[in-house]
Amino acid sequence: MHHEETFTDRNVSEQSAYYYVDIESYPTTGWDKFKQVVKRTFSGELFVGLWVVMREMIKFDIHTVQYPLEKLPIGPRYRAVHKLLRLWESGYERCIGCGLCEKICISDCIRMDTKIDENSRKEVTEYSINLGRCIFCGYCAEVCPELAIVHGDRYENGSEQRAHFVIKDDMLTPLDMLKAGQQSEYPGFGAIIPGSDAAVKKTPLAY
Amino acid sequence: MNEITITIDGRSVQTQEGEYILNAARANGIFIPAICYLTRCSPTLACRICLVEADGKQVYACNAKAKSGMDITTTTPNIEAERRAIMEVYDVNHPLECGVCDQSGECELQNYTLEVGVDSQTYSIKDTHKPAQDWGLIHYDPALCIMCERCITVCKDMIGDGALKTTARGSDAIEAEFKETMPKDAYAMWNKLNKSLIAPNAGDTLDCTNCGECTAVCPVGALVSSDYQYTSNAWEHKQIPATCAHCSAGCQLSYDIKHTSIENPDNKIYRVKNEWNYVSLCGAGRYGYDFENRDVTKTESAFEAAIEAFKKADTIAFTSTITNEEALILQQLKEKYGYRLINEEARTFKAFLDAYSEVSGKSLYGGDLKKVHGADFVVSIGSALKTDNPNARFAMNNALSMNKGAGLYFHPMNDPVIAEMSKNIAQLNHAPMMEEAALYLMLDLFGDKGAMPSDLVSYLAGFHSMKTVTVEETVDEKVTETVVKKVVNEETGVEEEITEEVTKTVKKKVSKEVEVDENGLFSLVNAPKGFVDTLAKYLAKKERFSLMVGPDLYTHPNARNCARLVALIEKYTAFDVTMIPNLANTLGVALICDLDKEAGSFTVGYNTKGDFTLSALGNGDLDMPALNQQEGTLTGIDKQVNPTNAALSYGGYVLNDIAKSLGLNNTFTIDYTPQLPLAAGFKNVEFDSLPNHFTNAGEEVRGYQLTVQATAISADESVSAVDTNGGITDQVVYLANPVLQFSPFTAASHQLQASGGIYVSKSLLASNGWNEGDMVNVKTVRGELSVKVILDGKIDGEIAYLPTFDTAINSEALFDGYRFACVSIQKV
Repeated sequence: MHHEETFTDRNVSEQSAYYYVDIESYPTTGWDKFKQVVKRTFSGELFVGLWVVMREMIKFDIHTVQYPLEKLPIGPRYRAVHKLLRLWESGYERCIGCGLCEKICISDCIRMDTKIDENSRKEVTEYSINLGRCIFCGYCAEVCPELAIVHGDRYENGSEQRAHFVIKDDMLTPLDMLKAGQQSEYPGFGAIIPGSDAAVKKTPLAY
Repeated sequence: MNEITITIDGRSVQTQEGEYILNAARANGIFIPAICYLTRCSPTLACRICLVEADGKQVYACNAKAKSGMDITTTTPNIEAERRAIMEVYDVNHPLECGVCDQSGECELQNYTLEVGVDSQTYSIKDTHKPAQDWGLIHYDPALCIMCERCITVCKDMIGDGALKTTARGSDAIEAEFKETMPKDAYAMWNKLNKSLIAPNAGDTLDCTNCGECTAVCPVGALVSSDYQYTSNAWEHKQIPATCAHCSAGCQLSYDIKHTSIENPDNKIYRVKNEWNYVSLCGAGRYGYDFENRDVTKTESAFEAAIEAFKKADTIAFTSTITNEEALILQQLKEKYGYRLINEEARTFKAFLDAYSEVSGKSLYGGDLKKVHGADFVVSIGSALKTDNPNARFAMNNALSMNKGAGLYFHPMNDPVIAEMSKNIAQLNHAPMMEEAALYLMLDLFGDKGAMPSDLVSYLAGFHSMKTVTVEETVDEKVTETVVKKVVNEETGVEEEITEEVTKTVKKKVSKEVEVDENGLFSLVNAPKGFVDTLAKYLAKKERFSLMVGPDLYTHPNARNCARLVALIEKYTAFDVTMIPNLANTLGVALICDLDKEAGSFTVGYNTKGDFTLSALGNGDLDMPALNQQEGTLTGIDKQVNPTNAALSYGGYVLNDIAKSLGLNNTFTIDYTPQLPLAAGFKNVEFDSLPNHFTNAGEEVRGYQLTVQATAISADESVSAVDTNGGITDQVVYLANPVLQFSPFTAASHQLQASGGIYVSKSLLASNGWNEGDMVNVKTVRGELSVKVILDGKIDGEIAYLPTFDTAINSEALFDGYRFACVSIQKV
């Protein structure tokens, strides 16, 4: 069905919510300009501002986050530096090397090397994201069928080299962290939409 | 064939009478889904998805022939229901969650599932355990197999190995309720699929010539290249259209390239693909792709040394693994500086062509492999077909299996692969040097005696004699016997003896003396007993005749006479003649270069040893690009100039750089393409405007066809007699390559790496008490070699052969031009 949006007239008019701001016209002559400078200089507006600062200081009610001692929690859909996750039970890498992230990446910054391993599985021997080109769009996490690549919570990217963020070993959850239960799942980009089980038609099985 | 008009979905379409509906539709851009059908092969009827309605009746488009005025509908509600059910059945236990499959999206199962719009599954059956199997270069995963049997079909109808068959799947029976509820054709297809799997004919391993065509035609990822497995996704590759660099067939292929790894951004060829509906590759083409000259940089000192060498040299020796453009550069250098050009293999071919032209009045032979594909009687003389030009073998096999054809294969070496192509092929293992007898036999059997020169007719008549032979015949004879019977007299109840006369028919063998015509040529080519009858059976209802002649004739001591005989065959028989050039561009070199016989005192070698060597193998004094690093054209067996493109980068100097330093002034090598000699049949066409594709109708639109020129014809059609006692009966050795090898370039590729030796059949190995790997001393009058013994399961008989692909073995030095040489082989 062709959907047609009803037309809303957003032009400025008497009836609309929009109105022209009443702005004084700019001075044009030299004399008028001089008068404006003098008026602004001696009107004491500076002290209004200074007073606000002093008033807030005396109140000791500070809203500023004390970064880096304090950090705000980030939203689940925030797209920080990527992580590669492992399977909880076996500790295997979740990545199966399907190459969809490599394909979908719109800035073409993901590359992977794969081969067949001794168990006849596809093994990802090297995985790299060129963060110099990554625009953190989240497509890679969204397309990943295995929830293997996710956007982690690491947004502090200070280092001597960008390469420090893009080596597979740096992105992959270390095994000791996994065993310690410190790998976290990300409910954000790429995660299963709640209730999606209900949307799937079941394939009959003869077992 | 008659041109007819049929209607498909309301569109009127021109096609040939007897053409399959599917092919007619495809040629006219009308889509009919089909999975199991392969163009050029017989319909398999495994998938049944090509159902259409013709004149109100449901037929399979892949095996129903078009008739004049036929009205065809490609979809009806019933056909749609069948197709949907068929695709659902294919998706049973083959869920399309294709994470790591090597087909990576180039999958016909996926495509048709989406095309038909399968969004839910109705059917189910218990899956069976089907472990993956490793067949060497080929890997089979039965879990992915949809049993379209395209691999079996192509192996039998096109390649001729017949190495695959179906085997029992060991699955449960399909639930009875489905039979009642599901569409009929879908059930029939499922019933068949559910009973079978693919298996090699030879048991656990695949015993074939390793062409890998089965992996090319596989619509899913069931049959894949073992080497390629899991290394890349198809969509990552850039496909570089090219022409195979290994033999004269000039097959179109594409090199699939991608960066080597994250570490190394340089491109690498990952695999070779082909348009399998229209061109079939052999294993050398498919697996021998990474023969490039790697990591070459411009070394100025080496280049200057090369220029010095060219200034000093009076001879350039080269092989035919170069492009037409390079051949033209060499020819122009010759014209400018008077170099002698040495390429013995191309020179003998050219001499053969010239001798042929003298009689035929044409610069080039009349046939090509397309004509062989269409023929129903194919003869091969003087070529170890399966290794000299695998595509010629495919063409012969295709003709035998698709056109109800028959064939003759004249060659001293017995080839079980040829024997297994068809029941209707006779191998005539004549003695070496008896090739002329085979050619005379062709003239005798098929020549138009009324038109042929009278000398020739009387010479041929000389081979015939009437002979009285005793033939044993079975005759029905009536025999009358007197039999004594005991009968009970009904009246008296007493047993009485009665004599009765009985007439019986008894088969009796009678010897009879019959006068028969004996053809002396039959015994010269070692024709088996009863060959006359075999031949008569083969020739019944045959209309399209093709002859292929090969390098044994070009190198024959009487090559000139052979060439004249070939020309006479083309002139006085119904045969099209195709000559098989030895190497990738032998024909091009022969047409472009003016070749010399004697080398001078200082030789520059190009891909062959010289006093200064230019080499694309990376073992010379100056590096050159290999054929997968060059653009240019190659002239193939089909008399066609085929473009090839550079798949990989090359950092060094090319032949044109040397030519520029020596005063030729074309900026790029391909600037020579339009300058190729018109007199030799080339055309004035820019390289970049050469097309390179196949149309939907299967028409090859690649490069251009050479123009066959009329040459001065001499009235002299005399040919010299065959030396009837000239057949070599001593032990001989042959100069040929094993399957998968053509030149040092095939051996340089990582999947085909091999070192050569002397190749012997199983029986020769046993009769001499040799073991594989033994070192033997091979001695001919020209010299001797110490090589190891290698068993070749694809030959029979007593003739061993030495290869040319291994640069460590200088086999050519043992031969005096002709591909056979008397030999003594001693174990060391």
